[in-house]
Amino acid sequence: MKNDPVDVLIIGAGASGAAVAWSLADTKMHILCLDQGGWMNSSDYPSTGRDWEAKFYGDWSTSPNIRGRPEDYPINDDNSPIKVVNFNGVGGSTVMYTAHWPRLHPSDFKVKTLDGVADDWPIDYDALTPFFEENDRMMGVSGLSGDPRSPLTHPPMPPQPLGLSGPLIGKAMNKLGWHWWPSDTTVATMDYEGRARCINLGHCTPACAQGAKASTDITYWPHALRAGVELKTHCRVREILTNEQGMASGVVYYDKDGVEQFQPAEVVIIACNGVGTPRLLLNSVSGRFPNGLANSSGLVGKNLMFHPYAQIYGFVKEPTDSNRAPPTCLWSKEFYDTDLSRGFVRGYGIQFGRGAGPVFEAVASEQKGILPWGADHHRVFRKLNGHRLGVSAICEDLPEEHNRVTLDPVLKDSHGIPAPKIDYTISENSRKMMAHGLARGKEILEAAGATDLCINDPIPWGGWHLLGTARMGTDPARSVVNEWGRSHDVKNLFIVDGSVFVTSGGVNPTSTIQAVALYVADQMKQRLANLFD
Amino acid sequence: MSVSNELTSAQRDDLRIVAAMIVPPSDEYKVPGADDPAVQADMLATLGRDTALVAQALDHLARLAGKPLAELDPARRDAVAEEFRASGGAAAATLVRVVLQCYYRDDRVLRSLGLELRAPFPQGYTLEQGDWSLLDPVKVKPPNLRRAT
Repeated sequence: MKNDPVDVLIIGAGASGAAVAWSLADTKMHILCLDQGGWMNSSDYPSTGRDWEAKFYGDWSTSPNIRGRPEDYPINDDNSPIKVVNFNGVGGSTVMYTAHWPRLHPSDFKVKTLDGVADDWPIDYDALTPFFEENDRMMGVSGLSGDPRSPLTHPPMPPQPLGLSGPLIGKAMNKLGWHWWPSDTTVATMDYEGRARCINLGHCTPACAQGAKASTDITYWPHALRAGVELKTHCRVREILTNEQGMASGVVYYDKDGVEQFQPAEVVIIACNGVGTPRLLLNSVSGRFPNGLANSSGLVGKNLMFHPYAQIYGFVKEPTDSNRAPPTCLWSKEFYDTDLSRGFVRGYGIQFGRGAGPVFEAVASEQKGILPWGADHHRVFRKLNGHRLGVSAICEDLPEEHNRVTLDPVLKDSHGIPAPKIDYTISENSRKMMAHGLARGKEILEAAGATDLCINDPIPWGGWHLLGTARMGTDPARSVVNEWGRSHDVKNLFIVDGSVFVTSGGVNPTSTIQAVALYVADQMKQRLANLFD
Repeated sequence: MSVSNELTSAQRDDLRIVAAMIVPPSDEYKVPGADDPAVQADMLATLGRDTALVAQALDHLARLAGKPLAELDPARRDAVAEEFRASGGAAAATLVRVVLQCYYRDDRVLRSLGLELRAPFPQGYTLEQGDWSLLDPVKVKPPNLRRAT
């Protein structure tokens, strides 16, 4: 079935798709977004029920392979020590994230120049600054301006309270003389743009029933829809078609009834994340593009970067916030920048964890062997539960072409579309960085008086950040899109998600992903008269 | 067929025994064990997507024990449990998790832990501000952001 053509077709309604849709809406073009998932219903979110923790292991798992909702597609990540986690639906993975909101640093855009590794981005931090600021207002950020070791931000809301856990971490960091600062987060600490303030439901990651955590279904999308953008849900795109001029002509998708449709478009924008985007491009094979669309460089799917997380946690005598607060509240940039005396190049951010709920604590501690079976179970559990502090080093993952997304030859989604396959190894540089992070984390926890230390090296289900698989650059032989997000090969095809990252920095990327999306949208608007030149 | 019927009677018996081995009752803390009928009923009613792996774990346990767990003497039962934990893989981990996730939402257990008997939403929790003066030593340090050039 063929639909009426649209001016702009956006694939994916998550972090970047929502931002680019909202930004382009003021052009008054006919903009349509297709998402494979549906609208979320906050009354279904885990924290509304007594079984809120159990849901994290099933229907609300961060892993699409475990969760297995109809909206999800399977991912073969057997050949990766880090498993992909995501969420599919309107809002994408912003529905299911911790809302930790650092930005990449200015130095992160000049990695080759500064440290002689990887590549520089074709854009710099200054180019993104206005879009970081715009995005912080749209998403609603809380935080404390003035961090001496982070880019200057202007959060419109005050930071989260330190609670019980924050001071324990702060005292330990002060004892060591190391940097720490309250995190910028997209958790509303006051009523903001129709969102109610945080009431500390604790379980932020699998969706916020209060609506205090920003996800694009409740931030960007209401504005975009009011401005005239059209959003069709439960529509899974199979491939992008091209015409005889080598331009994208539209997409083939399966609608909510499973009926195959063709949607013609003048411009196609992909916003499917660092796994979904290369999957779509590699599935869009034609005579002109036999190796997948926009892939003359051969780099589509390559250079996958995850951010290996090295986590250490322990238990203090004092009570911590447990599950009665957003899970993260502080960061440290003490080890963010390159210091070659540490034995590795680049660095890592640290994010601190406030604690965990009783079920999570019991399950994790039993698995680690510190919570025994039998008569002593109760005594030990009472020592652990409500006393956890966590330290996670979020390590900069440098691009390596052998870390990649390809198409699985066997695995398919519910529509029969080939599923992505991940091949990924943690580099020697990252291993050294992770070991350093664990050693420093041990010092921090010991300074806080913690015992029974446990590590996750890496956090196995820690593939939250899906980056680098359609990198931007000025050289068509070394990049997939140009410096403003347009495919080198297909002049009306744009990519705006984390795929375009050249390097990963050592921080959570969503703030930067959305700033890049807004930047690309702005570039498109400035070039509308000659967009395809 | 109801979910609870997806485990055989023998499997349910072993589940009850192994649950009590993981979390026995305690007079000291005034809590039931995980073999308590209400906790067991919760497990059977909510097994759902975990049913196959739990059944697989119980089959593995039965093979190791050679007979119903209830018929083993305590020393042999402990030895079987140790082997089960070492060799049971994802299925054993799922069984243990199912036991713990049902046990630690039981009203009597939560009450003993001093936790409220409710979902987090809509009441939420109060979070104290904490001592913000702890940040003063960090604030007085000079800015130290690596330059991009």
